[in-house]
Amino acid sequence: MVATNANNLVYERPEGFTDTPTHYCPGCTHGVAHRLIAEVLEEMDLIDRTIGVAPVGCSVFAYNYFDTDFVEAPHGRAPAMATGIKRVLPDRIVFTYQGDGDLASIGMGEIVHAAARGENLTVIFINNANYGMTGGQMAPTTLPGMKTTSSPNGRDVETQGFPIRMAEMLSTLDGVGYCVRRSLHDPKNIRLAKKAIRTAFETQARGLGFSMVELLSTCPTNWGMTPVDSLKFVEQHMVPAFPLGDYKVAAGVAQIKI
Amino acid sequence: MPAKGWIEVSDTYCKGCELCISACPQEVMELDMTRLTPKGYHPAHTFKDGCTGCAICALVCPDAAITVYREITKAVPTPVGA
Amino acid sequence: MPRELWKGNEAIAEASVRAGLDAYFGYPITPQTEILEYLSKRMPELGRAFVQAESELGAINMVYGAACAGVRVMSTSSSPGVSLMMEGLSYIQGTEVPAVLVNVMRGGPGLGNIAPSQADYNQAVHGGGHGDYHNIVLAPASVQEAIDLTVMSFDLAEKYRTICMVILDGSVGQMMEPAKMPEMRPMQRANWDWATDGRMGKRPRRILSSIYLDPIEEEKLNLRLLSRWKTIQRDEVRYKEYFLDDAEFVIVGFGTAGRVALSAVRQARAKGIKVGLLRPITVSPFPFEAIEQLVGRVSGFLVTEMNSGQMLEDVRLAVKGRVPVEFYGRMGGVVPFTEEILHEIERIASSKLSVDVDPREAWLERMAQAV
Repeated sequence: MVATNANNLVYERPEGFTDTPTHYCPGCTHGVAHRLIAEVLEEMDLIDRTIGVAPVGCSVFAYNYFDTDFVEAPHGRAPAMATGIKRVLPDRIVFTYQGDGDLASIGMGEIVHAAARGENLTVIFINNANYGMTGGQMAPTTLPGMKTTSSPNGRDVETQGFPIRMAEMLSTLDGVGYCVRRSLHDPKNIRLAKKAIRTAFETQARGLGFSMVELLSTCPTNWGMTPVDSLKFVEQHMVPAFPLGDYKVAAGVAQIKI
Repeated sequence: MPAKGWIEVSDTYCKGCELCISACPQEVMELDMTRLTPKGYHPAHTFKDGCTGCAICALVCPDAAITVYREITKAVPTPVGA
Repeated sequence: MPRELWKGNEAIAEASVRAGLDAYFGYPITPQTEILEYLSKRMPELGRAFVQAESELGAINMVYGAACAGVRVMSTSSSPGVSLMMEGLSYIQGTEVPAVLVNVMRGGPGLGNIAPSQADYNQAVHGGGHGDYHNIVLAPASVQEAIDLTVMSFDLAEKYRTICMVILDGSVGQMMEPAKMPEMRPMQRANWDWATDGRMGKRPRRILSSIYLDPIEEEKLNLRLLSRWKTIQRDEVRYKEYFLDDAEFVIVGFGTAGRVALSAVRQARAKGIKVGLLRPITVSPFPFEAIEQLVGRVSGFLVTEMNSGQMLEDVRLAVKGRVPVEFYGRMGGVVPFTEEILHEIERIASSKLSVDVDPREAWLERMAQAV
């Protein structure tokens, strides 16, 4: 075996991460999303001037894992807190990390208006179709027929409504510079997700308006599946309901070369 | 001749979720059933030769537990995500 | 600075600017909207942050964010809007960051009306949001005092890393009076050692959060907040005394109710009635000690408020049943006339009071005849 040194290194844990192991369940793609953000911040040399805003949900402790300043918002209010920070520190990079209950349910007002105002923020939106932290209740993004602890017979759209497609919805707003949906279910899609996260932070760094990357994610524990089967569920059931794609790429953003 | 690579899996971070195992194109990974991490998980490891250092295991790892190395032959290895 | 004619709400807005307000986040609601309108012009022309938020929830969380970034920040609202902000207030207190909130109170509960009221005393002084915390609460009775207390509120909030509320009723917010503005303070950010303003190559990362998952740690926070509050109680009580030297009984009233009571006291004095007035400036921390000093030498107290007797409970707590406490209140947006309070003074001066009478019950009986 060749001696292990920096020259041989292909991949190592990003510097943007702290040494703290995550509290996430084994196989949960929150960790992948976190890692991609840390890699992007490291590559763009932004760790030093980034302020993160953590949500309420499974990722409530996101602040433990990034080597950046962090604040912890009330449930759903991360975009408002981020607005307050960014407006007084416009040269800093401010991002929120929010789940589907946080962003698409209780925080719907805050996210829509932050986007409409064109706040120069980056939002990483984790869509795993349930409320993970409280034990797997129905979320605004729960698929029709999907069983959760608060839709035990499967989500009945007659009484419980339909899933909300946030990327499509926010893309109609003029303040949005970049709004896309990606998935974390396989290596190829993880690479595309990382590129989108990079583009979102580039959008902010260049002052091109609100940017959001929606990431289709898993919740093996609450879905009652193995981590590997959870990825298959995303591919087979979530991607058809939440199509991947670029929903808004403003002209200035389209010119960004990565 | 394929590139020769190797990985180190951190016992601090690995939770034995097996995502790397199913993603490994060379099918050289498995859980090490002879060992437990301090948190009580069987960690992933390579159980036979064939690792090319492609870093796909690290790419899918939710816990940033895997460090990937590759033997230098001629071309500079392409970092993951590039 | 010469005295100029200022409308209460606009005076608060300009005073906050001169105190170094770095960022303002608000939402329109009567009767405080002039503050938002004034700052929508004033803040941008000074290059400072102004956002009309999507709701009071949005506004208070923008305040929370800017407070974490370490700048002087304020929101203003009126009663129903302040109710919506209670979530944010609790988080701000749990995170120990400074912020100023002005509540121009109106009649309630519910949508109520837009007339002057003091019905949010309990919400401001005794809680509001969830969890164990205290706000500093200042209660101006004139436009000049609204200016001075607004300026002071920023200093107090930062000194104790707490929320400082200024509560006034719609009449102070809407009235015009001659008042003197302070000089403009130079804008200089404080560079706090706790602010999450980006590492910027200088330091390890900082986290601001209201989470203490371990109950022992949460209890430590509770104890820290309590210890800070005890310092505030010791050092920051403020009130005004009128005609107390020879007073035989004393009115206690804050804000507009205190101001109307002062007119009544002056008229009573002209009639030879030895009545005085204690007007709390800080309704929280409440001037318990000032009342304690009076208990030994006066025959009783009359509490006047524009609510159903919310501060009355604090006065009774201070008096501890040793002398009679009477109450006179108007509610729902009704401001008492001087004559009504003068009538109460004359009634008390000419009757024998008892500590056994429930002041609220007795007041309701008198109200039933009057209304």
